Amino acid sequence: MADTIANIDQIVQSQSRATVSEWQRFVRTLTQRKVVVFALIIIALTVITAIFAPWLSPYDPNEKNFADSLQQPNRKHWLGTDLLGKDTLSRIIWGARTSLIVGIATCLASAILGSTLGMLAGYMGGVVNTIIMRFMDALMGFPMIVLALLLAGVLGNGMQNVIIALTVANLPGYTRLMCGMTLAVKENDYILAQKAIGSSNLRTLFLHILPNSFQPMIIMISTALGGIILAEAGLSFLGIGLSHEEVTWGGLVASGYSYLSTHPMLAFAPGLCVMLVVFSFNILGDGLRDALDPRLRGVL
Amino acid sequence: MGRLLEVKNLRTQFKTFDGIVKAVDGVSFYLDEKEIIGIVGESGCGKSVTQLSIMQLINRPGKIVGGEVWFEGKDLLKYKQHGPEMRSIRGGKIAMIFQEPMTSLNPVLTLGYQLAESLILHLKMSKEEARKRAIELLGMVGIPSPEDRIDDYPHQFSGGMRQRVMIAMALACNPKILIADEPTTSLDVTTQAQLLELMVDMVHKFNSSLILVTHNLGVVARYAQRIYIMYAGRIVEEGTCKEIFKRPRHPYTKGLLRSVPRLDVEGERLIPIEGLPPRLTDLPDQCAFLPRCPYKTEKCSTSPMPELRSVPGEGHKIRCYVDIPEVDYATV
Repeated sequence: MADTIANIDQIVQSQSRATVSEWQRFVRTLTQRKVVVFALIIIALTVITAIFAPWLSPYDPNEKNFADSLQQPNRKHWLGTDLLGKDTLSRIIWGARTSLIVGIATCLASAILGSTLGMLAGYMGGVVNTIIMRFMDALMGFPMIVLALLLAGVLGNGMQNVIIALTVANLPGYTRLMCGMTLAVKENDYILAQKAIGSSNLRTLFLHILPNSFQPMIIMISTALGGIILAEAGLSFLGIGLSHEEVTWGGLVASGYSYLSTHPMLAFAPGLCVMLVVFSFNILGDGLRDALDPRLRGVL
Repeated sequence: MGRLLEVKNLRTQFKTFDGIVKAVDGVSFYLDEKEIIGIVGESGCGKSVTQLSIMQLINRPGKIVGGEVWFEGKDLLKYKQHGPEMRSIRGGKIAMIFQEPMTSLNPVLTLGYQLAESLILHLKMSKEEARKRAIELLGMVGIPSPEDRIDDYPHQFSGGMRQRVMIAMALACNPKILIADEPTTSLDVTTQAQLLELMVDMVHKFNSSLILVTHNLGVVARYAQRIYIMYAGRIVEEGTCKEIFKRPRHPYTKGLLRSVPRLDVEGERLIPIEGLPPRLTDLPDQCAFLPRCPYKTEKCSTSPMPELRSVPGEGHKIRCYVDIPEVDYATV
């Protein structure tokens, strides 16, 4: 009898605490759509390629070999070579590195800077809000690529300058998003309750407002990453981006497109890479939104 | 019993497009050690704003334009709103419970974290100590198996349980004063009773004083020693609980008491107070209750706003010119 009661106790306890963890639910919803899984695989492959580029690429990307100039894809050069005999596959592999570094660095920089500015604007209100937000409005007046072009033109070539230019061009979106979220979150009773237990403004801002308004940021970052990689490719294509030593996908398309009729692989292969990665990041952003949106809980 | 808190002539205003809203207009009251006072009034009469002003938690467009809040020999309104002195008082010396337990807890942090936060902030406890104390506090407010529940998130708790957590949070640092701003308004009646009982118990246990802000006369009748009745941003009557309920003298208080259902009188019809409270943007120069007052005289409409004046009875004051014949409500 005592045994049965103990057993029942155990069952009741295990049932009351046996809930699916948030993480498990998140993973399940995220991987439910096949296209998201596909996107994740593409992103993982790109990241691995970027990290292990020195070991994966068959040739030095900048090694000139005039004997092998403008080869069609063959056994020696899987994706052919360009005018100077540089191996296209190696250049694409090294290009993944630049694209990801520029993409991730820009994303992080603009997300951190943008959300800090946005939170300040939303939380302080008044003059601070007016100054920050009107400045962002002015930035928003320019299309992202035009602004980046302008800045890259002023700052000159080089990866660092491209990152700065793209960061500034990306700022307004993050700032506006975070400003709006902060405005909404700071009116909640728990923020007032927080202040009533004596927490400082900074503490309230970073410990209570930030975590409550961060969710849309995650989605925005992942979708923006694709756009940034595309913008960087665009800048390189226009020749204002990186120096010639640094291989980028956009640069590859730019130098390859004049051979489109005779050697399509030169422009087509890097272009496909840009398309796939941008597509994957957008799909990932979409999937993250579905998985993180509390309103879709139970539906998905 | 020493004087713990004294609010003198507090005035808080909100600048709006319709004009200046005088939400609190010259409110004075005091609170002794280990005392429970009730502040009663209808919605929008300035009860909550008075309390938030004491804590200096009024944000734009609101502004405290005058008055003094004396606490432990210091005028709290002299401190900067976000300064360290004021921060150490909020939560440490004076704590507050809000009316919406469903939204008063941060949804993305565990209860343990939120409970420990004020302990770490004010009592400089280590994380482990704070956690241990948080579990203890959860147990004290009647949450079963607190060591399991401490890592739960607010959405895993019901409204009543959350308000219990709020009480634990408020009393965590053993504050001198607990301000409860309509603590039970959004809960159902049985939970209300339990929670009030718990809150008063805890206040006694911690040797704190309690300011009970409510529009529920039944609540203050049971727990408060003294009562302040507010109308249109001013205190219109003050006195001991017994005085106010047995011999209310202000027409508004009388009206309030007449509109409370009573169990001991059968088949009685409730008498509402006619009319609406005045707009706080254009308060009349005369008595604010004048348009609704059934006892008004010639003098009321020609004279300025009456001052609080003493009437017979212990500490009994009213803001009214009229001497209404005393009616003993216990016998009506």
